[in-house]
Amino acid sequence: MGSSENEFLKRYEIESHDFSRAGNVSTQIKELLQEIGIDSSIIRRAAIATYEAEMNVVMYADKAELFLTVNPERIHIRIEDKGQGIKDIDLAMQEGFSTATHEMREMGFGAGMGLPNIKRNADKFNISSIPGKGTSVDIIFCLNETKQK
Amino acid sequence: MNLNTIIKKLQLNVLSGQENLSIDVSSGYTSDLLSDVIANSKEKNLWITLQIHQNIIAVAKLKDLAGIIIVNNREPNEDTIEKAKEEKVPLLCTSLMAFEVSGKLYTLMNE
Repeated sequence: MGSSENEFLKRYEIESHDFSRAGNVSTQIKELLQEIGIDSSIIRRAAIATYEAEMNVVMYADKAELFLTVNPERIHIRIEDKGQGIKDIDLAMQEGFSTATHEMREMGFGAGMGLPNIKRNADKFNISSIPGKGTSVDIIFCLNETKQK
Repeated sequence: MNLNTIIKKLQLNVLSGQENLSIDVSSGYTSDLLSDVIANSKEKNLWITLQIHQNIIAVAKLKDLAGIIIVNNREPNEDTIEKAKEEKVPLLCTSLMAFEVSGKLYTLMNE
């Protein structure tokens, strides 16, 4: 990861199974992007993607680190979790597919919209996983060529 | 339409966010799926739902929603009300079903 004078890097920890704090990291990142003065349409998309990624960690992983990098060209959000991982990423990316428990569904989660929502809102999206170890997600928003949403 | 007006007309019970009741509501959004609300609700929407756990406050905050109407006389969990107060999110309750309160809000906002 390159660092230059006009690059900003921040690290967050996401606790798993902690529904009481779920959404806190996304909210902090949204507020930070507002403070920096990022365009509101990008913040809206970043908030959706970060929230979904955070909820995935809370529901399915053991713990995760989130790295936020902002420079004049882009916002890069990388989430590395430790946990069960994803066996079939193509299947996980399908809208409507979910491995959520009955309890999670009753709470209004597990619609199988999380990963598709992240992909739809990001300018670039990459996911890789090792079953039994964990999943890494890269979400990128370009700041100079705004995708119209 | 002003949230205060909606609260009076629909006789909603205010549990939190008293400091933000003068907000202008853009429209309503009725859904119990959090991913759907995160993806499709718009700024200053009034969210109608039966969900009562505290994660709804994070969703409302992230999407800059005008407030949340909890339907069917459901009582939000203590920690949901606490979080709503902390975040100054208007949490409103009604005995009406989601269908009824959505219909009333729709009519009111299109009068």
